[in-house]
Amino acid sequence: MITVTFEGADGSRITTQARPGMTLMEAARAASVPGILAECGGACSCSTCHVYVAPDFFDLLEPAGEMEVDLLDFAWEPDPARSRLSCQIVLSEALDGLVARVPERQG
Amino acid sequence: MKPIVIIGAGQAGLALAAKLRALGCETPIKLIGAEPAPPYQRPPLSKKYMLGELDRERLYLRPETFYAENAIELVTGTCVAAIEAAEKIVVLDNGTRIPASQIALCTGADPIRLPKAIGGDLAGVYTMRNLADADAMADEFRPGARVLIVGGGYIGLEAAAVAAAKGLQVTLVEMAPRLLARVACTETAAWFKALHESHGVDIREGVGLSELKGQDGRVTRAHLSDGTDLDVDFVIVGIGVRPGVALAEAAGLAIENGIRTDAMGATSAPGIWAAGDCASFPHKGCRIRLESVPNAIDQAEAVAAAMLEQGAPYVAKPWFWSDQYDVKLQIAGLNTGHDSVIVRPGDKPGTVSHWYFAGARLLAVDAMNDPRAYMTAKRWIEAGQSPELAALADPAIALKSVPLAAPQPELAEAP
Ligand SMILES: Cc1cc2nc3c(=O)[nH]c(=O)nc-3n(C[C@H](O)[C@H](O)[C@H](O)COP(=O)(O)OP(=O)(O)OC[C@H]3O[C@@H](n4cnc5c(N)ncnc54)[C@H](O)[C@@H]3O)c2cc1C
Ligand code: FES
Repeated sequence: MITVTFEGADGSRITTQARPGMTLMEAARAASVPGILAECGGACSCSTCHVYVAPDFFDLLEPAGEMEVDLLDFAWEPDPARSRLSCQIVLSEALDGLVARVPERQG
Repeated sequence: MKPIVIIGAGQAGLALAAKLRALGCETPIKLIGAEPAPPYQRPPLSKKYMLGELDRERLYLRPETFYAENAIELVTGTCVAAIEAAEKIVVLDNGTRIPASQIALCTGADPIRLPKAIGGDLAGVYTMRNLADADAMADEFRPGARVLIVGGGYIGLEAAAVAAAKGLQVTLVEMAPRLLARVACTETAAWFKALHESHGVDIREGVGLSELKGQDGRVTRAHLSDGTDLDVDFVIVGIGVRPGVALAEAAGLAIENGIRTDAMGATSAPGIWAAGDCASFPHKGCRIRLESVPNAIDQAEAVAAAMLEQGAPYVAKPWFWSDQYDVKLQIAGLNTGHDSVIVRPGDKPGTVSHWYFAGARLLAVDAMNDPRAYMTAKRWIEAGQSPELAALADPAIALKSVPLAAPQPELAEAP
């Protein structure tokens, strides 16, 4: 199991466990993390699963595809150094301990 | 305490239950669904799930533990047979009677089936609505198999894309003169026709299915309205859905293109609400019904708030997506009533967007692999803004430099 932590914009923290192969969005949805809307269910179509990934883990991620990069540009307060769509992050053991912050709002 | 009973454990039903708890509701909640599976997402059924790229568990919207943790009693495989509206009693198909404090109808929609008289009940003829439908046809997707797809809407086209990708011989018939006739402009229809033809799909527009013939009860041949005959191994019918109004209608609720609700999601019966594919609601002076995940979620959440007397009128922000081959289509807005379409090439090859206008007012966009066009249009539409037509039509002007037109008057309010 992989442990991931979500930090709310209000400072709340939710730590949860996920299986390798699940996406970070699926982990958030399973734990009912507020603020991850994921309206398209992970189809990389909506950008309502935007998170900020802590720097030490951001660099471990597979780079974002073109569609994700374009959608992120329109997310709420994107930060090119930390912003990702959580549905495009596939969890693996290397990401154990990942911390993601949920933006104040989605879009 | 009498429970809140939610009928239909689909996308809207789950969103409603989850939102009630998120808003602090402490009333018992019963979420009753006819299907055996817990609430799941349908869009992948005609996309990644059918391609075999997504496991069944990943369709489920919440893990099993969610329901107990949130004190939501999920009752699957159970059909609601009737509602006694005046007393707010929900009657199950096994005869159990559940007095409810409030009721929400989230009954979705039912696929239109081919009549039995033309072979609609033959084995090998499928519709595409439920997980069970997708699982039932999974074994038919063998390379080389001949599939006939009836109906050129988004579900038919997605099924065609999956079948073509898996090496089947695909024929798609659409009775209307073109694909996507009800939902998109000729430009978008032509674009998708070319896409599918480039993947070897045989698209026949203006051709209907006259009859299916079978041997030993299984479909083998299709007669088409243009007089041609096709040998087929199986058939997928994607000719639209009807809103799930049967329960509401029998209970005497007002029906108008779905279960009639007001802006808060209230039906004509006190304490009974409706949301999702089954519900019609007021929108910009008209009455509409949407068949999409974002609408199911947003409307259900609005109803949850209204049930707790914290509601505000639901304002739909329609959007939709479809995945076919390596193309992502994103649609913002509703194109009903458009009188012109502007075609704008995207920044990268193979990307384009089609912008629908009524006069100078932007109504909607279809963006093909062009998320920038989609996101830009979505913001403009939601803010009631429209770009200057001439600038938008000029590909030399970058999208972010296209100026806004003077504010357009809101569409006239219908009585
Ligand atoms: C193949 C397919 C692909 C799609 N692709 C997309 C897409 O890409 N993007 C998009 O936005 N939308 C898409 N949609 C549409 C989207 O899935 C629906 O709009 C959405 O599921 C509507 O949610 P709902 O809760 O209103 O209905 P549903 O999810 O259909 O749930 C209704 C549930 O109510 C149950 N029910 C009905 N009557 C009773 C009863 N009497 N007793 C108990 N239970 C009952 C049904 O069994 C069903 O499980 C797609 C749909 C399909 C079928
Ligand atoms: S869930 Fe829609 S883009 Fe991630």
